Amino acid sequence: MSKILVIAEHLNGKLNPSTARAVSAAAAVKGEAIDVLVLADNVDAIAAEAARIEGVSKVLTIARAENAHPLAAVLAPQVAKAAAGYSHVFFPSTTFGKDVAPRAAALLGVAQVSDVMSVESAHTFKRPIYAGNAIVTVEANPAHAVVATIRTASWPAAATGANSAPVEAVSVDAALPTHTRFVNLQQGKSDRPDLQSASKVVSGGRGVGSKENFEIIFKLADKIGAAVGASRAAVDAGYVPNELQVGQTGKIIAPELYLAFGISGAIQHLTGIKDAGTIVAINKDGEAPIFEIADIGLVGDLFKLIPDIEQAL
Amino acid sequence: MKILVGYKRVVDFNVRIQVKPDGTGVMTDGVKLSANPFDDIALEEALRLREKGIATEVVVVGIGPADLTAHLRNGLAMGANRAIHVVTADEVQPLTAARTLLKLVEKEQPELVILGKQAIDDDANQTGQMLAALWDRPQATFASKVEIADGKATVTREVDAGLETIEAQLPAVITTDLRLNEPRFIKLPDIMKAKSKPIDTIEFGSLGVEAHDQLKTTQYAAPPKRSKGVMVKDAAELVAALKQKGLL
Ligand SMILES: Cc1cc2nc3c(=O)[nH]c(=O)nc-3n(C[C@H](O)[C@H](O)[C@H](O)COP(=O)(O)OP(=O)(O)OC[C@H]3O[C@@H](n4cnc5c(N)ncnc54)[C@H](O)[C@@H]3O)c2cc1C
Ligand SMILES: Nc1ncnc2c1ncn2[C@@H]1O[C@H](COP(=O)(O)O)[C@@H](O)[C@H]1O
Repeated sequence: MSKILVIAEHLNGKLNPSTARAVSAAAAVKGEAIDVLVLADNVDAIAAEAARIEGVSKVLTIARAENAHPLAAVLAPQVAKAAAGYSHVFFPSTTFGKDVAPRAAALLGVAQVSDVMSVESAHTFKRPIYAGNAIVTVEANPAHAVVATIRTASWPAAATGANSAPVEAVSVDAALPTHTRFVNLQQGKSDRPDLQSASKVVSGGRGVGSKENFEIIFKLADKIGAAVGASRAAVDAGYVPNELQVGQTGKIIAPELYLAFGISGAIQHLTGIKDAGTIVAINKDGEAPIFEIADIGLVGDLFKLIPDIEQAL
Repeated sequence: MKILVGYKRVVDFNVRIQVKPDGTGVMTDGVKLSANPFDDIALEEALRLREKGIATEVVVVGIGPADLTAHLRNGLAMGANRAIHVVTADEVQPLTAARTLLKLVEKEQPELVILGKQAIDDDANQTGQMLAALWDRPQATFASKVEIADGKATVTREVDAGLETIEAQLPAVITTDLRLNEPRFIKLPDIMKAKSKPIDTIEFGSLGVEAHDQLKTTQYAAPPKRSKGVMVKDAAELVAALKQKGLL
């Protein structure tokens, strides 16, 4: 029978919602247990949050000063040791999971399944390749553990609240390297909803034209309680910081509503929004490829249309 | 300081990939192949470090079929000193790529290995992390800024929360993100010069790379299509439609 270990992602003492999404994927394996592993310096608050996620059997914690920041070189050897006895080790496919999972997989000597979209059976998964232009079914050998990252946009977050799984401190005998040091994290400060879990996202592209102009995107987002996203072109041009990038190499998101202003719809961008409920495209070029996948399209100048939209709200 | 750069050939990023009707693969006949965009960025970064006098030699590495030579020549034309071609006709999954790169690392003793953060064909995003694990050295993935001084790399990384800076003692593995730099264009005279630069050819089988259980791909399918949407004529109609759907 399968036993799944889900590696918790957290920041500033709070569990990231990506963890509950990875738990959903773990539940789809239909195994006998889903344990969550919390690696941190102060584990208690994070573990308590993880214990409330429905479907979690047990929360394991490794509290060490070295785990204060998520350095892959430090975390991976602990994960590899803690993985003993598990048939599956799941990470969210966020920058955290993408950084740590392959390092752990290599220590375990197993291939990794990246960006799991669906679990077909305990060892068969679907995942996207070529920026989502093809979906492959892959089979891992059941003879050893499956290490996988979970494409968070494909999975709802497992419910939180009713559960109270036991929390257990574990110790692993892993030598931790000192060759890598955390220096700092420049975190975008914002009171807006988080891009990766927001139900509404307002996004701007090169068509917005400047950092100053982007204010109208932020204003509209605030009016409707949405998170803000951007195309790579908008980030490259310095209109907004990198963490707002949506797409193949940015964030893959699945809001209920995605409003794209001045974004042409390159495949690398579209792969990040394919799972959105309703996609709205506003572009002055009626031939823009984004209209091919938009549920609702409106041709026109965004600088005229945004005030009109606000008025109509 | 010697730098090893991963230089994978992939289907060009502008090609819209189609799945074969029988689900056995994607259509690659006659499509344009190019360097993985992240690998061009990796090579560019290595060349800049050489131009700053920090690196002395830049070696591009390709693991793949016999006809990879022309592709590696592009890396040489861009400015690499030499190339290593590990020849194999088989599919190279990330763990195999990492184990192969480790063999080359043991041979070449570079102080820095720069790879792309992901290959845009398999979108795996694994090889650099795996190499760093097997080599037991630091990794700095998703780099948007790299500074080398005093035997250390200070790397700014694009993470979901923002920009993270870490310090890694050399030797180390760095994987590139899009905003690290803008790769230079290859100039015609450099293509001529590249013809005389050396390419080491190594048979994959001669390296003694440990085999592992590969992931088996059993089916390729086209992604689910979104149904065709509607066009509205103005903002009022748009807002009405969204309100009707309960989205506003
Ligand atoms: C390896 C690789 C990875 C990539 N990853 C990503 C990724 O993760 N995310 C991503 O987004 N891109 C990514 N890209 C880049 C992608 O290919 C496109 O270049 C990018 O998405 C274009 O951004 P854009 O639509 O904002 O700009 P453009 O393509 O320049 O489009 C701007 C649009 O704005 C419209 N416009 C201009 N003015 C107005 C106005 N006043 N009102 C209304 N509309 C207006 C124009 O008609 C045009 O359609 C990647 C590329 C590569 C090679
Ligand atoms: N066959 C290969 N030849 C050369 N470099 C490779 C190969 N496979 C992977 N790499 C390197 O590893 C990076 C990440 O690839 P991947 O893990 O497949 O997404 C690429 O950008 C390359 O730098």
